[in-house]
Amino acid sequence: MFLIQILLILFFLFAALKVIGRFRAGDLSWRGMLAWVLFWILALVVVLLPNSTFYFAHLVGIGRGADLVIYLGLAGLFFMIFRLMVKIERMNKDITKLTRKIALEDKSQNANPR
Amino acid sequence: MIFIILPAYNEEKNIGRVIRGLLNTQIARIDGEDYADIEIVVVDDGSSDRTGEIAQQEGAVVLRHEINRGQGAALQTGNEYAFHKGAEVVVHFDADNQFNPADIVGAVRALKSQALDVILGSRFLDSRSRIPWFKRYVVFPVSRWINYVFTGLRLSDVHNGFRVLSRNALQKLHITHDGMAHNSEIIAQLKKHNLKFTEYPVKVVYHEYGQGVLGGLKIIWDLLVSKF
Repeated sequence: MFLIQILLILFFLFAALKVIGRFRAGDLSWRGMLAWVLFWILALVVVLLPNSTFYFAHLVGIGRGADLVIYLGLAGLFFMIFRLMVKIERMNKDITKLTRKIALEDKSQNANPR
Repeated sequence: MIFIILPAYNEEKNIGRVIRGLLNTQIARIDGEDYADIEIVVVDDGSSDRTGEIAQQEGAVVLRHEINRGQGAALQTGNEYAFHKGAEVVVHFDADNQFNPADIVGAVRALKSQALDVILGSRFLDSRSRIPWFKRYVVFPVSRWINYVFTGLRLSDVHNGFRVLSRNALQKLHITHDGMAHNSEIIAQLKKHNLKFTEYPVKVVYHEYGQGVLGGLKIIWDLLVSKF
């Protein structure tokens, strides 16, 4: 076993523990927890058995399994970033709406005649 | 009734002077009884200084954003306030003492006499504004072109905070861009809602440089993101 494998496995276990911790603290839904734990288990399998991805890589016409993982990983990451951006944008708009509502309500409450 | 809306973020140094300038200008006398009164509305956009306090002392109505949301957000808050108060005409005016209050009189008169919905201030229609050369020959031509790409309208001045809106325009315009991209957004909505508008020469005095190139890039970014 290579050192990198050990390091990655340790990191994945750590990440999975964190996921469970978040779930226990109530920050993560049941489904979210399951999805992330499955993801880290999958990562674990890929690191332990690097050749396991070979089959799928060949299926789609990529020479090495590691390349397939990187391509999929990058595509997934970019998509997630895009989704996060949209979400943050929406949150920003919501915060503005709230701020506006508070500003207008404060004004009508202590209506200062001028 | 005319509502003059000043979005203000940390403008304690200027806001008092701007409000006094507006009050001293005989805006209320525009063509008689229709505008017997004006109300100055300062939208304090989460300032950490005494902007709101000073504005209130000087006699403005102050709407307070508890957290800073940007100029577009502040203008929309002011617009909604004015609309619910039954505004006939709304003026957007910068709080940093860049504009000349006297321009309001002529602009509102033009709005009325030509039965327009919107008047957009432009610093390029006469020679009163001394514009730094980099802005005149680099920043503005580029932003004019970008504005045309996004809005489909050709204007001489795309990022000018001086606007006059009729009640009809007030009802139809909805600023959703919190930051500075609201300028282009308003122009795009003019076209969409078929609002009658014209540009009107205003004087702009430059105290500081303004947004800078990074601010400009931020505007393009905001416009692009909103397309998705």
